[in-house]
Amino acid sequence: MTILRLDEFQVLTLKPLSIEIKDEFICLSGPSGAGKSLLLRAIADLIIHNGEAYLDEKKCSEINPVQWRKWVGFLPAESAWWMDKVGDHFNKKNNPYLTLLNLPEDCFGWDVSRCSTGEKQRLAIARLLAQKPKALLLDEPTASLDPESVTAVELLIKNYAHEFHVPVIWVSHDDIQIKRLKNREFKIYNNEINEVMT
Amino acid sequence: MNIISLSPFDLSMAAVLVVVLAFISLILKLGIARSIVIAAIRTVVQLLLIGLVLKTLFAYVDLLWVALLSIFMLLLAGREVMARQQRRFGGLWGYGLGTLSMFISSFTLTVYALIVIVGTDPWYTPQYAIPLLGMMLGNTMTGVSLALDKLTTTAWQQRAVIEARLILGQDWRTAIGDITRDSVRVGMIPMINAMAAAGIVSLPGMMTGQILSGTEPMEAVKYQILIMFLITAGTGFSAMLATWIGARHLFDDRQRLRLERLS
Repeated sequence: MTILRLDEFQVLTLKPLSIEIKDEFICLSGPSGAGKSLLLRAIADLIIHNGEAYLDEKKCSEINPVQWRKWVGFLPAESAWWMDKVGDHFNKKNNPYLTLLNLPEDCFGWDVSRCSTGEKQRLAIARLLAQKPKALLLDEPTASLDPESVTAVELLIKNYAHEFHVPVIWVSHDDIQIKRLKNREFKIYNNEINEVMT
Repeated sequence: MNIISLSPFDLSMAAVLVVVLAFISLILKLGIARSIVIAAIRTVVQLLLIGLVLKTLFAYVDLLWVALLSIFMLLLAGREVMARQQRRFGGLWGYGLGTLSMFISSFTLTVYALIVIVGTDPWYTPQYAIPLLGMMLGNTMTGVSLALDKLTTTAWQQRAVIEARLILGQDWRTAIGDITRDSVRVGMIPMINAMAAAGIVSLPGMMTGQILSGTEPMEAVKYQILIMFLITAGTGFSAMLATWIGARHLFDDRQRLRLERLS
């Protein structure tokens, strides 16, 4: 089991946040521009921040950043691709998550430029999970997906989280989805991150 | 040696052509007439000045003066490199990056050429040192500015891709690897073109000059080959240096992409 812990973690104008996330789903919501993505980007150590993040007892600032980013699997809201073929973005030639995401086996031969947004998003999730991250930071992972794919993604992430006991931060605007997934819910509002008590 | 000396009248006959060009541009509203005239005047003034400087310098062979003029040329080249950047590094980096890489490669190669290849005595004989360095700087300048411009503009456009690659656990070198390779290549294309076209499409300027001033063609050709090799190596090395240092500076010690370092 991995524990993601933030200690007086603070980025840009957001108020400092101290939180411990165990083997659980944290749903994070808040208006656009409130700083949800900012927080995830900072936890992935992509932008400057104050305070400290820990995975188990490993300190972010003391771990090689390349290693840290592999551990905290961050899925940005929009996936990025830099080679022509889908398969060139994957290290291994077989990816067990493709079928679970309703993607055909031959999708590695697809041209990235011909994939739809939804296909790219599901491919990005498969690409991320293949790295075996110890935590998941998902920025609106299902925003561009059709209902069937939403179910597939939710199921896959849940199974992954349960199998490897990883903490999950899931950014969502969808209240019904939040109710469905959450163990705990946080809202960012006016630069403050507060737990929603129910 | 039978040099036909050019009189001021001869030059003014050539100047007429530029004036006519500027005038037609004005009529066609190309918005470039002013630039043509200013650039033409700069050419005359700058070249006359350097002519005077060189005349003096050749008369008093002195390392200090050669060094001073070299530094002056380097600083001006650095300024030009900076001015060509659409998105340049902020602060001292904007100026220092190009200047430093040109300094390292141009100066080293020029000194190498003077001591090892040409074997002038003393090695800093201004008649050789200054034109050699001038040609080195003029060409590395183009290479460095093209490479740096490619690096910074592409990094800016491809921020999402670079970050996605970092997220997937690539180190900064790999994450920006395609972009640095492209940048170095772009910086070197002009020199490769120049080498490939030399003698067929174009007669290089230095060789033409030597032939006009009465040098035996084969001698001029040999010097031109030397120069071509030197400036190709110089351009390539400084483009690589500038690109690598620049790419490194786009990331901080935690390998975060820091595009705000560009202005």
